[in-house]
Amino acid sequence: MMKIKQEQSERHVLTITVDNEAGILAKIAGLFTARGYNIDSLTVADISENHSISRITIVTHGPPAVIDQIHAQLDRLVPVHKVVDLTEMGAHVEREMALVKVAGTGDARVEALRLADVFRAKVVDTTTSSFVFELTGTPDKIDRFVSLMRELGLVEVGRTGVVGMMRGAEAA
Amino acid sequence: MSEERSGAVILVESLARQGVEFVFGYPGGAVLPIYDALFNDARIRHILVRHEAGAAHAAEGYARSTGKPGVVLVTSGPGATNAVTGIADAFMDSIPLVVITGQVPTGLIGSDAFQEADTIGITRHCTKHNYLVKDPAELAGIIDEAFRIATTGRPGPVVIDIPKDVQIASAQWNGAPPQKESRYNPQTRGSDKDIARAIELLANARAPIFYTGGGVINSGPHAADLLRQLQELTGAPVTSTLMGLGAFPADHADWLGMLGMHGTYESNMAMNQADLVVCIGARFDDRVTGRLDAFSPHSTKIHIDIDRSSINKTVTVDLPIIGDCGEVLEQLIAAWGNRKPQNLSDWKARIDGWRTRKSLAYPRDPQAIMPQLAIERLFELTKHLDPVISTEVGQHQMWAAQHFHFFGPNKWLTSGGLGTMGYGLPAAIGAQLGNPDSLVIDIAGDASIQMNIQELGTATQYRLPVKVFILNNEWMGMVRQWQELTYESRYSESYSDSLPDFVRLAEAYGWKGIRIEDESQLDAGIQAMIDHPGPVIVDCLVAKEANCFPMIPSGAAHTDMILYGDSVAGTMDDEAKALV
Ligand SMILES: Cc1ncc(C[n+]2csc(CCOP(=O)(O)OP(=O)(O)O)c2C)c(N)n1
Ligand SMILES: [Mg+2]
Repeated sequence: MMKIKQEQSERHVLTITVDNEAGILAKIAGLFTARGYNIDSLTVADISENHSISRITIVTHGPPAVIDQIHAQLDRLVPVHKVVDLTEMGAHVEREMALVKVAGTGDARVEALRLADVFRAKVVDTTTSSFVFELTGTPDKIDRFVSLMRELGLVEVGRTGVVGMMRGAEAA
Repeated sequence: MSEERSGAVILVESLARQGVEFVFGYPGGAVLPIYDALFNDARIRHILVRHEAGAAHAAEGYARSTGKPGVVLVTSGPGATNAVTGIADAFMDSIPLVVITGQVPTGLIGSDAFQEADTIGITRHCTKHNYLVKDPAELAGIIDEAFRIATTGRPGPVVIDIPKDVQIASAQWNGAPPQKESRYNPQTRGSDKDIARAIELLANARAPIFYTGGGVINSGPHAADLLRQLQELTGAPVTSTLMGLGAFPADHADWLGMLGMHGTYESNMAMNQADLVVCIGARFDDRVTGRLDAFSPHSTKIHIDIDRSSINKTVTVDLPIIGDCGEVLEQLIAAWGNRKPQNLSDWKARIDGWRTRKSLAYPRDPQAIMPQLAIERLFELTKHLDPVISTEVGQHQMWAAQHFHFFGPNKWLTSGGLGTMGYGLPAAIGAQLGNPDSLVIDIAGDASIQMNIQELGTATQYRLPVKVFILNNEWMGMVRQWQELTYESRYSESYSDSLPDFVRLAEAYGWKGIRIEDESQLDAGIQAMIDHPGPVIVDCLVAKEANCFPMIPSGAAHTDMILYGDSVAGTMDDEAKALV
């Protein structure tokens, strides 16, 4: 009997500068589905003064040859100005923001607040039986915080997905 | 002088300014304003097809045979969805099309209005780019950019979806070309360093081969001339993909024939044994490479392509050169200077050895016309007329590629990437319009021809003398062949039952119909077809169960070709069956 094969994969963070036109997000996201590429996270926002340019950050994973194809396929879309593979380029910063709601009383509540302090999460809403924490950091740091909160009454998590940028003075 | 004009008028004026001669289309509610603007326009001739798929394929045939972009005009909803196959076909084969689709009025978009379809969504991944026009003031700029995108870089189809209210509303129009800065500027020249490296590889190769594709045709006739020049300088033999046939003359001593699944023994063996493969405007398609890990294992590979995403997609190459085939060929010829190639006589001798296998030979059948023979005779009797040949999809297409020979670009129109049955007749119609003095023949199969048979009426209406030459084997022959070779001859649904009488069908449409039933009638039948000044269907009854060889079964290496006379198991393991 035949089995479907799986391949080794690497995680890459790509930033894509695009014309802010109707359907652009569907075009980019659809390219990933149509060609069988993975999207781990995707963020997008308009970044120019006149709202004509957006920046999309996509975290993807795949074998090196597939990552190279993703780069080339994105590059050939007409509304795409620039694609930067931050992982390939080297030293870069990745940040994600999360809102984490935790409910509980007594020791669990005290412990949640103490851990939030350790992680430098801010309390952005509180009731006598709940907190909403705001936390920024690497995806990994957020993962760790969320998993700790799971033991202390985690109710809900919202995450933005990663945005990234090269270190140093120059634009990528 | 600037005046207010309706969107529909701006569209028609913009098309005229692009030099559009023909629009292939079909009317409907959402394009009525455009049809009104076209009414009695002396500059643009509208060709009324019988189905929107026919419009798209006709535009493809026009584009492929003339080098100019094809223009399509269809209504919203079913008009647009009917055109999608042709759009996808043009996308796979890099054919420049500008497709204008009507859309429901802006205010109704998203409301499931009558004849609403999400054309932009549906065509997103089978167009090079697409636009939804929201304001007539944007139209002139968009049309200008659409033609530039369709025709430059790697060509392809562009869809412009225009809501009905945008066709009626007005905007300023002054006739001047829109001043839009271009955001689409593909790289067309190779770097000097890469060119120098390529020349060094070519000059030192002992067993080089040119593997050329549709990119050479797309680059324009000068690219085919330059290919000949570079071949003269280097002496390397030439093979081509299905899409590239005609770029190199088939009567040249160094021509190897087509490569790949139904390619010649000599071309596939030469690819396998080469020490240098120079791929020019081809894309290492699975029909060409066969089993990837056994593909041309000893060669250094140079890949010249205008589309960076074609590089290293399936086969990793040593030297990619991103650029237009014509420009890069020119750079290579200039950089070659007065170098001398290596002595290639050993290499040529090995190739001559492979040629002696006569891989295109086939057994004759005393009872029936062999389909290969029919193509050979068609070629012999028409070659002095330098015909344009289109095909449908199936065995007849591969036999045409093997046994009809081409000496120049833009003469061979076939659906390669998508493999669309029903392509050939409308493509021949488009080609005949673009080449009114040429003999244009659709080499067809009995099943494929029925997929766009309604276009017979289009040829009748415009007095187009296209010829349809059906290799009638009463089977979906290519499907039957695969079932014979991989499913132990269980012929599931591949018999062409209830075929029409093609001669009477021709006559019903005002065409001439000719039936060829016996080898003795073959030449006379073909000659009668050529001599008739109007459109002709030839129903050529051929051997029913002939197979198309050579063949590399899917998942096999170039060296594992099946030739006539080889015995075939008729079974295949699941891994191989799972391949396309
Ligand atoms: C639109 C479409 N549907 C199905 C196929 C699959 N297909 C490939 S060849 C073929 C049979 C073609 O039969 P015919 O036109 O008689 O050509 P022959 O192989 O007999 O020469 C079929 C069904 C296709 N290529 N295109
Ligand atoms: Mg058939």
